[in-house]
Amino acid sequence: MDGTQAIILTIITASTPLLLAAIGELVVERSGVLNLGVEGMMVMGAVCGFATAYTTGSPTLGIFAGIMAGIGMAFIFAFMTQTLVSNQVATGLALTLLGLGLSGLIGESFVGLPGVKLVPVSIPLLSDIPFIGRILFGQDILVYASIALVIATTYVLFKTRVGLIIRAVGDNHHSAHSLGYNVIMVRYACILFGGACAGLSGAYLSLAYTPQWIENMTAGRGWIALALVVFATWLPKRLAIGAYLFGTVWIMGLYVQAQGLGIPSQFLSSLPYLVTIIALVIISGNKTLTRVNTPACIGQSFVPDR
Amino acid sequence: MKKWLGFAAAVAMSFAITSASAADKLKVGFIYVGPIGDHGWSYQHEQGRLAIDAALGDQVETSYIEKVDEGPDAERAIERLARQGANLIFTTSFGFMEPTLKVAKRFPDVKFEHATGYKRADNVSTYSSRFYEGRYIIGQIAARMSKSGVAGYIGSFPIPEVVRGINSFMLGAQSVNPDFKLKIVWVNSWFDPGKEADAAKVLIGQGADIITQHTDSTAPLQIAGENGVYGFGQASDMIAFAPNSQLTAIVDDWSSYYVNRTKAALDGTWESTDTWGGINDKMVGMAPFTNMPDDVKAEAGKTTAKIISGRFHPFQGPIFKQDGTEAAKEGEIISDGELLGMNWYVKGIDDQLPQ
Amino acid sequence: MRLILEKRSEHSEFMTLMSPLLAIFLTVVTGAIIFALQGLNPLEALYVYFIEPVTSMWSIEEVLVKAAPLILIGAGLSICYMANVWNIGAEGQLTMGAAFGSIVPIFFTSWQSPLTLVAMLVCGAIGGAAFAAIPAFLKNRFNANEILTSLMLVYIAQLILDWLVRGPWRDPKGYNFPQSIPFEGWQLLPTLGDGRVHIGIILAIVAVIILSILMSRTLKGFEIMVIGNSPRAGRFSGFSRKKTVWFCLLLSGGLAGLAGIGEVAGPSGQLQPSISPGYGFTAIIVAFLGRLNPIGVFFAGIMLAITYIGGEGAQVVLGVSDKTAQVFQGILLFFILACDTLILYRIKLLGPVTPQQAAAE
Repeated sequence: MDGTQAIILTIITASTPLLLAAIGELVVERSGVLNLGVEGMMVMGAVCGFATAYTTGSPTLGIFAGIMAGIGMAFIFAFMTQTLVSNQVATGLALTLLGLGLSGLIGESFVGLPGVKLVPVSIPLLSDIPFIGRILFGQDILVYASIALVIATTYVLFKTRVGLIIRAVGDNHHSAHSLGYNVIMVRYACILFGGACAGLSGAYLSLAYTPQWIENMTAGRGWIALALVVFATWLPKRLAIGAYLFGTVWIMGLYVQAQGLGIPSQFLSSLPYLVTIIALVIISGNKTLTRVNTPACIGQSFVPDR
Repeated sequence: MKKWLGFAAAVAMSFAITSASAADKLKVGFIYVGPIGDHGWSYQHEQGRLAIDAALGDQVETSYIEKVDEGPDAERAIERLARQGANLIFTTSFGFMEPTLKVAKRFPDVKFEHATGYKRADNVSTYSSRFYEGRYIIGQIAARMSKSGVAGYIGSFPIPEVVRGINSFMLGAQSVNPDFKLKIVWVNSWFDPGKEADAAKVLIGQGADIITQHTDSTAPLQIAGENGVYGFGQASDMIAFAPNSQLTAIVDDWSSYYVNRTKAALDGTWESTDTWGGINDKMVGMAPFTNMPDDVKAEAGKTTAKIISGRFHPFQGPIFKQDGTEAAKEGEIISDGELLGMNWYVKGIDDQLPQ
Repeated sequence: MRLILEKRSEHSEFMTLMSPLLAIFLTVVTGAIIFALQGLNPLEALYVYFIEPVTSMWSIEEVLVKAAPLILIGAGLSICYMANVWNIGAEGQLTMGAAFGSIVPIFFTSWQSPLTLVAMLVCGAIGGAAFAAIPAFLKNRFNANEILTSLMLVYIAQLILDWLVRGPWRDPKGYNFPQSIPFEGWQLLPTLGDGRVHIGIILAIVAVIILSILMSRTLKGFEIMVIGNSPRAGRFSGFSRKKTVWFCLLLSGGLAGLAGIGEVAGPSGQLQPSISPGYGFTAIIVAFLGRLNPIGVFFAGIMLAITYIGGEGAQVVLGVSDKTAQVFQGILLFFILACDTLILYRIKLLGPVTPQQAAAE
């Protein structure tokens, strides 16, 4: 395989789980909710996806199970924060704690077993085109799903009534409520969508990225997804750019190391985070842009007055 | 009030039962740095604990605490085992060295075993494995099997243990192909399957057709398998993850050591020692040689036998450091002390060791 | 049937007291079920978790050792969150505090004076505060979101520490293993008694007292409260949002840094790559469990420490894995958070909504 092509393929696989989890969280935050439990939902998606695929032999069922696990975790969060109006930051952190523990328990008997790999689709003819063929037409289905999700989310959020409602709820829940929208229900739906995406992202890790189950295998990717949402100033397009930028810097760090230049590996490992901060500073400098897109009600609980 | 008394009585009773049955058994405790589900370092130590249960289950009682951070929590976890009556405690990571010694001072009657450290006391032994022996063998196999003459090496952290492994691998490879090249990536983690996989892909993309790793997960080997290049298992036999790619695996085998030390504690012959065991002591195992032609297999078998018999040592001179200075003269073997703190590369490695 | 919340006109004093008890009761019941399902004696398991940690002097001391950094960091964070400043990078500030504070023992090895320790603590606090100053500056100057910047800086801080202890600050006598030189007696925090409890817990208590006076008695506290509740109202009162951001981040960063050097000069005794089992993140939970009130943080820190110690004991006594402890802890947190709702709201169960009712809503 050609070196450059290999690097690009690696960047795509490294970026996809981040993008999948982040796009869900973006919708959640657009509706005015901050769910810091992405890591917990993701790791549950990973273990349930793996366990199901291993038991049934079907990666498709595994993906489905991963999504359902994410939704299940998200439901706990939604019930806590929307129905019982508990604090979102603390609930999200508790969700991560629960997810990491529970996934370990579920996965105890699946450690050390080779998984069922999600086979990349390979579109005939097109995937044989030199260089770009493999990159554009030979990915696994979830890579395409992540791109489709970005496009669909952009469309729904900004071109449809549903999107208008979600943004209205996130920007000012009181006026959305007085306009007759059910703020709580909209947020429930968005939180569950976020859970589904995080679960899918987890399933991607345990089915496609490294087909196996290991405790804590998400290794902090949920947190990076959270950061990317803020970095993207809540715009799906920018989120995709951000995820791929992060993936690129991440992989290039490894690439440069293999060249043996003697740059401290800690410095290269910290580059993706530094770059994210710098990029954020540049974007944030443009004040009108950020202010327009920031959901004003983020993190605030809503209880309808009656 | 009555209810609470009942509660207390039930609790007291349940304790009485457990302690009565356990009173005359030797208690053996383990401290793990990772989750036992890591399928790597801590997992292998857990296998060792289970081996004690299997061999001496009627005379000993074992327990463990997993995911013990190497920071401020370690001392407490170790002390807890000691306070709960453990007679023999294995602390299975380098970072537990100081806490083990501190607790050992407070519990002179409890016996401690610290893995991979270098500080001992009257009731603290140290033990480690000569994994580098296995690394030499896989280096030799790698050079035989590689077409491009380039191997990719995924390292966790540049500590002496890992550097020693890299050097030994390279010496093994150079014994076959003096121009063998090594590309090294440090992932700054013992345990991040995703990042290990990324590193493997990057290395393959840069022309490595052999992947080996000194990190804990099966991910790099899996990636090797997916890309049709060869790889090696680490810590355990990982053939199930890459049936067509694993050439062999370096297996951490703590069972015999753990069982022997527990027996020694049982019959009163335990004393503080330093054990650094290799293939000969069954502390390092080699998984079956697979996916290679018979002559390579035979050569690997011969090297293994030579190491077992002591006729050959991987760090037997002449060995030159990266800068060209001589590290060991013809026939001279690098001392264990030097090996323990090894922080230089052998000649032929292009990478610069992070200082 | 559905659940409806009705806002109480004022905090329910009764529920303020009852809520934690109710939460613990629910956790005990759920916990008992979980343990029974795993084939354990539920009574024994609950005893190990909640009671055993406070039955012996040793484990009480260990609870205090564990709680000290949680309280120290959590108290600072509670002020931050009160002001709507979202510092979630306390772990990074802790790490940099530990590194900065260690400059004294690593570079001035022979300076033996009662002031050595003071200098270390001051440097630790400065290191933490300086690292927290980065998100503060980026927030005020570029409007960069502090959640993101402070979180990213955690990773960077850990990599910096990693580089230091593996490279320039490595103990020359340590066989190239990643650790600094071991600190000497006068460079270590004095212990209270013979155990491991060090003056960190006293620092934590002092911090709690000062911060609760700050919040309840001073203009600064009032300012933080006003700005946190409504930035607009704050502006009208002439309070500076920017100054509050600086104040809160420097304060919480400084306390996190203090906790960091406290861990290094206390239980650890030397600088190493891993200096905290996630105290900076756990402290976020502590801050919220304590309802963003420094005194509440004190009790929340103690409680969380107890479940940690209990969970560790459970591994040994019951042979359950660490995962069970983690799940149990997660459930406890959920119940506490859910029960807190009762303080502000009344819960009503309504029957099925009739069309008339729906129309009336």
